[in-house]
Amino acid sequence: MSGADNVVWLGTPAFPEAARAALADTRLRANLRRATGTIRDRRLAVAAELEDWEELRETAATIKRRTLRHLDHHLLRLEKAVTAAGGVVHWASDAVDANRIVTALVKATGGGDIENHEVVKVKSMATQEIGLNEALADAGIRAYETDLAELIVQLGGDRPSHILVPAIHRGRSEIREIFRREMGEWGRPAPEDLTDDPRDLAEAARLHLREKFLRAKVAVSGANFAAADTGTVAVVESEGNGRMCLTLPETLITVMGIEKVLPSFADLDVFLQLLPRSSTGERMNPYTSLWTGVTEGDGPRNFHLVLLDNGRTATLADEVGRQALACIRCSACLNVCPVYERTGGHAYGSVYPGPIGAVLTPQLVGVENAASLPFASTLCGACYDACPVKINIPEVLVHLRAEAVEAKRRDRLLPTSEGLAMKAAGAVLGSPRRLAAVQRLAAVGARLVARDGRIGALPGPFARWSGTRDTPVPTRESLRAWWRRTRPPRSEDSSTTAQGEERR
Amino acid sequence: MRIALFITCFNDTMFPRTGRAVTELLERLGHTVEFPQGQTCCGQMHFNTGYRPETLPMVRRFAEVFAGYDAVVAPSGSCAGMVRDHHRVVAAQYGDAALAEAVQQVVPTVYELSELLVDVLGVTDVGAHFPHRVTYHPTCHSLRMLRVGDRPLRLLRAVKGIDLVELPDAESCCGFGGTFALKNADVSNAMLADKMRHVQDTGAEILSAGDNSCLTHIGGGLSRLRTGVGTMHLAEILASTEGDVR
Amino acid sequence: MNGREIVLSAIRGALSGVPGSERPDDPPHSHGRRADHAGPDVVGLFAERAAEYRATVVRVPAADAAAAVGRALARTGARSLVVPPGLPADLVPEGPWSLLTDVPPLTVGQLDAADAVVTTVATAIAVTGTVALDHGPGQGRRVLTLLPDQHICVVRADQIAPDVPEALRLLDPYRPLTLISGPSATSDIELDRVEGVHGPRTLDIVVVGEA
Repeated sequence: MSGADNVVWLGTPAFPEAARAALADTRLRANLRRATGTIRDRRLAVAAELEDWEELRETAATIKRRTLRHLDHHLLRLEKAVTAAGGVVHWASDAVDANRIVTALVKATGGGDIENHEVVKVKSMATQEIGLNEALADAGIRAYETDLAELIVQLGGDRPSHILVPAIHRGRSEIREIFRREMGEWGRPAPEDLTDDPRDLAEAARLHLREKFLRAKVAVSGANFAAADTGTVAVVESEGNGRMCLTLPETLITVMGIEKVLPSFADLDVFLQLLPRSSTGERMNPYTSLWTGVTEGDGPRNFHLVLLDNGRTATLADEVGRQALACIRCSACLNVCPVYERTGGHAYGSVYPGPIGAVLTPQLVGVENAASLPFASTLCGACYDACPVKINIPEVLVHLRAEAVEAKRRDRLLPTSEGLAMKAAGAVLGSPRRLAAVQRLAAVGARLVARDGRIGALPGPFARWSGTRDTPVPTRESLRAWWRRTRPPRSEDSSTTAQGEERR
Repeated sequence: MRIALFITCFNDTMFPRTGRAVTELLERLGHTVEFPQGQTCCGQMHFNTGYRPETLPMVRRFAEVFAGYDAVVAPSGSCAGMVRDHHRVVAAQYGDAALAEAVQQVVPTVYELSELLVDVLGVTDVGAHFPHRVTYHPTCHSLRMLRVGDRPLRLLRAVKGIDLVELPDAESCCGFGGTFALKNADVSNAMLADKMRHVQDTGAEILSAGDNSCLTHIGGGLSRLRTGVGTMHLAEILASTEGDVR
Repeated sequence: MNGREIVLSAIRGALSGVPGSERPDDPPHSHGRRADHAGPDVVGLFAERAAEYRATVVRVPAADAAAAVGRALARTGARSLVVPPGLPADLVPEGPWSLLTDVPPLTVGQLDAADAVVTTVATAIAVTGTVALDHGPGQGRRVLTLLPDQHICVVRADQIAPDVPEALRLLDPYRPLTLISGPSATSDIELDRVEGVHGPRTLDIVVVGEA
């Protein structure tokens, strides 16, 4: 499908290999450990403040799931309301479509003045996902990211590694170097005496971007929510760059995944409580902007809403997997994930990293195009507990693992070595007699390689295990053998027959 | 009550002492324990690795072998979790109505050891004596699939002579994750390293948990580094009356 | 087929398993407050929470409102103050600052050069320390509270809603709305929170009167 090129970064190795490189990066590890630890504690503290937190989660989950079950209905209501309020609604089935629509809209506002072919952007996952900046660049339009972290990523020729804090993998000194090196290429250069104090760096970004805000004719944003009854769109942010983009330009183009629609404005009460607390660990983020179409004398004169599919309907078709579409992009699951905390976002090779990425990416692009992601988890369940909309990520992960295995089975004439091993294991584990036989063999075989009751090195794929761990030796007497020796079956109880026939 | 022991394939092969401990403990508390010899495996490895059709025979066998008991006890949070959360899924996807019904009947009778002791048998002081410094790792599936909460800790706190020390960052995954440890060996090792550091920070002689799979992973690392920290399943500490470290 | 038809038919195909008898709003769910998040002292809580998020909060009797605005301006040394249309005259302080009215509309250049703006609010939220503007009379166009470095908000005590659900109930969804909690901030650099990025660096809140 098109769009896959942008959701998944082509050329990224499978997760285990990409993770290996990330694990060796000591600076990245330190940045991640500090950042995720900080934000975890904050989230727990503010979630605990609301005694009805669990009820809010349950309500949000219900609203999201039910909305998805009638998505067409709600999108049509949204379209009607936005149009009535003076906005224009567009529908894009994939990335190419969406990019074409946005590019044409930007060009139409430029009035032929080539100098003005630039847009300012609010941080948006949807536009990342469709590769909008690249598509605009191909059309001769410069897109300026205005969120501080997105700016750091853009100036550094880098990729985001976190949903909320895309430059989480960068430390302050790296950021200072990027600003000093690159800002002049894009506009106002960084001050000569720039330090690596975050306050200083934020100030440099403010000065660099202010001129761009003041002259911008077109802004592109994403959307956190859109209410179908009123046509109100919401953007939740912290820095004010969102407000700048949503207020100053004449034209505002919002690209929104179709799953972001809510039935009613009233539904926002739940989500505006859950999102900031789950996301940044704040009671409320500094700025939330809500707008309905266009307002005479205040803000943009033209408002375009682009409704984006790009794999979402394929995800919707999977009754187990569709819950991933309830995601409100808070990133709580990333911050609690023990895997993400150690590998960072780039290892996932996708715009959507972390646990939610591991279930969303394979569904958006097809599981065969991201086959290692559903396995990039220990299924520890921390993400499910943290998710404000109760997406059962472990459930979707194992569901997608089955799909990945089935996809492999379909594509190959011969089974994989793993498939053969699983088949063999299944045969043993399906029969108490075979299991007992293997246990006896293992006890004998293991004694040949063990030293001091521990096995140091194992063959084949198990070498990855035994490289760092001793393995205990299977015992001479399995429990079933011990039980038979010490507790002979009573004649009337056939439950202890080795064949394991049904007890009557 | 009639309690069936579901030992799990892994414990059966590698840690029969855990099964013996469960048996001794429950008999000491005055219950009858049976061991249906037809039992094999809950199917978790296959299910969690994506081999769902291969799981069906194990789900079927489990429902047949363990039908009709007052309670089925498993000394494993992850295997109990597999039965409780996923057997219905497999039955619905690949089985027939009869299997779905059999699974429906058996699932509510399945308990992880600490659940059985605290909720069903109503004991926290099981009369154990274990005069050693112990730290406890709450395994992910016991915590977040079964929601055993602090039941294991309540059981341990009641053990005579024990010096129970809190494990820092206890609720973080140890990095085992079944086939994850092979498929993502490097990440697994990174998680293991942190868990081992926390265990060593406690100064405990023994690390205990309710899952021997996680203990094999953490204990294997502790052994390789010659830390001198041993591992024992919760059941073994609760069965102990002599104060012996096995 | 155009994009709209393609997307809608894909959605309908994906949802073929949803029974036709199921209505989009079944079962209806209730909104609003599920718990009392604010306690009895709503005004006190608002002041405390707004200050926690780095706003400067003062509580004054009605007669002292303009003076409090003046003190906030004096503190930052502001030399120019934007006054939105419809702002009650008794909120405009006397002092050494020039007053800028938005009639005719100020240019972005003029606003960028202005030091401060004073506005009223539509409502406020105690639990989160948030002020909510619907940009009606006294609150100005959205850009007025965006470009000047200092935003001074005058909040009547009786305007403060206890929590988010209650505040949303009071707001008109058809107006542009801005919810503001403290000055602009970022945690993008090592998750170290910095106040004052693109929006106002300073947020002053003057709470007037008793609830």
